Amino acid sequence: MSTESKTITLNMGPQHPSTHGVLRVILELDGETVVKAEPVLGYLHTGIEKTMESKLYYKALPCTDRMDYLAPMSNNLGYSLAVEKLMDIEVPEKVKWARVCLAELTRVNSHLVWLGTHALDIGAMSMLLYTFRDRESIIDVYEACGGQRMMTSYIRIGGLAHDLPVDFDKRVRNIIKQVENGLEDYETLLTNNEIFINRTKDVAVISAEDAINWSLTGPMLRGSGIKHDLRKANPYTGYENFDFEVCVGKKGDAYDRYVLRVEEIRQSLRIMKQALDGMPEGPYLAHVPGVVLPPKEDVLYKMESMIFHFKIITEGFKSPKGAVYQALESPKGEIGFYINSDGTNKPNRVRVRPPSMINLGSLPKLVEGRMFSDVITAIGSIDIVLGEVDR
Amino acid sequence: MGIEEKIPDSIILTSLDKMVNWARKRSMWPLGFGLACCAIEMISTFSPHFDLARYGMEVMRPSPRQADLMIVAGRVSMKMAPVVKTLYEQMPNPKWVISMGACASCGGVFNNYAILQGVDRIIPVDIFVPGCPPRPEQLMDGILKLQEKLEKESLKDERTEWGRKTV
Repeated sequence: MSTESKTITLNMGPQHPSTHGVLRVILELDGETVVKAEPVLGYLHTGIEKTMESKLYYKALPCTDRMDYLAPMSNNLGYSLAVEKLMDIEVPEKVKWARVCLAELTRVNSHLVWLGTHALDIGAMSMLLYTFRDRESIIDVYEACGGQRMMTSYIRIGGLAHDLPVDFDKRVRNIIKQVENGLEDYETLLTNNEIFINRTKDVAVISAEDAINWSLTGPMLRGSGIKHDLRKANPYTGYENFDFEVCVGKKGDAYDRYVLRVEEIRQSLRIMKQALDGMPEGPYLAHVPGVVLPPKEDVLYKMESMIFHFKIITEGFKSPKGAVYQALESPKGEIGFYINSDGTNKPNRVRVRPPSMINLGSLPKLVEGRMFSDVITAIGSIDIVLGEVDR
Repeated sequence: MGIEEKIPDSIILTSLDKMVNWARKRSMWPLGFGLACCAIEMISTFSPHFDLARYGMEVMRPSPRQADLMIVAGRVSMKMAPVVKTLYEQMPNPKWVISMGACASCGGVFNNYAILQGVDRIIPVDIFVPGCPPRPEQLMDGILKLQEKLEKESLKDERTEWGRKTV
């Protein structure tokens, strides 16, 4: 009988409840130790970039919602900021403050889903029920804003789709209170939970140096102790007016990233409070005739607005030649929109820098040489959304 | 007057079809299988706010061998299509399919090279739920419609290789 050891190849996914969608990982196992892990992508490839290139600047916006579908407003914001940069549009003050508030609301939404699903993956079943309870009220605000529960397309080029709902202030304040209470529940359930600690501490570790070399961003980078956040490093849409802290981890393991994300929710709530307190009055759209859609109320009663509305919807606007890149801190990391324009009414090339995909690249690094069950923890703690990974 | 008077109280007379359909209707196990955005709304439907457990279908099965309802939640890419078909074939009879959302039903906004223009091109679909993504209430309505449809099925119906009765 031969005594030599052999490795086996195990196929995980694309239909696997813990891969957060349709990720496939080919694992080579020696007993229970992972020798090699290879993520296989493309099971949700949608051709979003190419679809955007075939549409007018306005009509490409709804495609961005469907990339990172847990943080739709961040994507809307990124694309809108990129086009505004290209067209040189200055948005009113109220829009900036509202956008900050909505972007942070989105961050809370995304982190809540992450917390629920990640905890579910490693055995804390009840977390999902609590986080989805709190998420539901955020979704209600989305609905009040854009009329849709998830794919709101509320942040538009040059401003917002409509004015903020009348009870926006009250609703968001209620959410802040609710999530603050919720966070206490989550931390009671997880932070000192023996099983949770055993499954996450010293698992999926990535050092600061490696994190930079693999060009990781977002909580994956900050978890390793590097204080880099685009909201501070390269402020956009008025983040320089807000007082908040960039949280960092120490070791860069899955537990650090959990603590970090919970802390980020707290900071987001802080920013939202400031945004509500300082929300200025004013128009919700920039006044740039021929480029920014006029407010709907005007379209119904003013001849000129109606003509502009018709022209923008049917033939769009011509953009100057050139290329822009706009990056922002999405809940997953740095999401960047590159738009190359050839002077027509459609973008010549749109490219998105997807944070999830680049963070996912570090998966082999995180799990090779570790136990098989740590793969689940690693995938969960990277926080991937397959819609954005494959686009 | 009839035979009912002669039998004890604890016995109910019914047809086999009715009893089987009643049992199937109240214990449909969906395949825990999400593709894209709609999957998040599907999870919302199962979560406490909407609570699908009221209709006896809260047990999500990760394995197709134990499931009898497939909810295709999200866009089906060309690379995913063979996988979806395999999963459907692995499910034991009787089985039903709900196509959730515009993308699964007809390709939605993505009329391009990458997306299958409707999952009914590869597997037979019982109920189409519109929306992008559909609200949880819409998905629930789809499920209730499927239950209504199921009540009309009979054990005598012939089943083709697609697991569907011949019309």
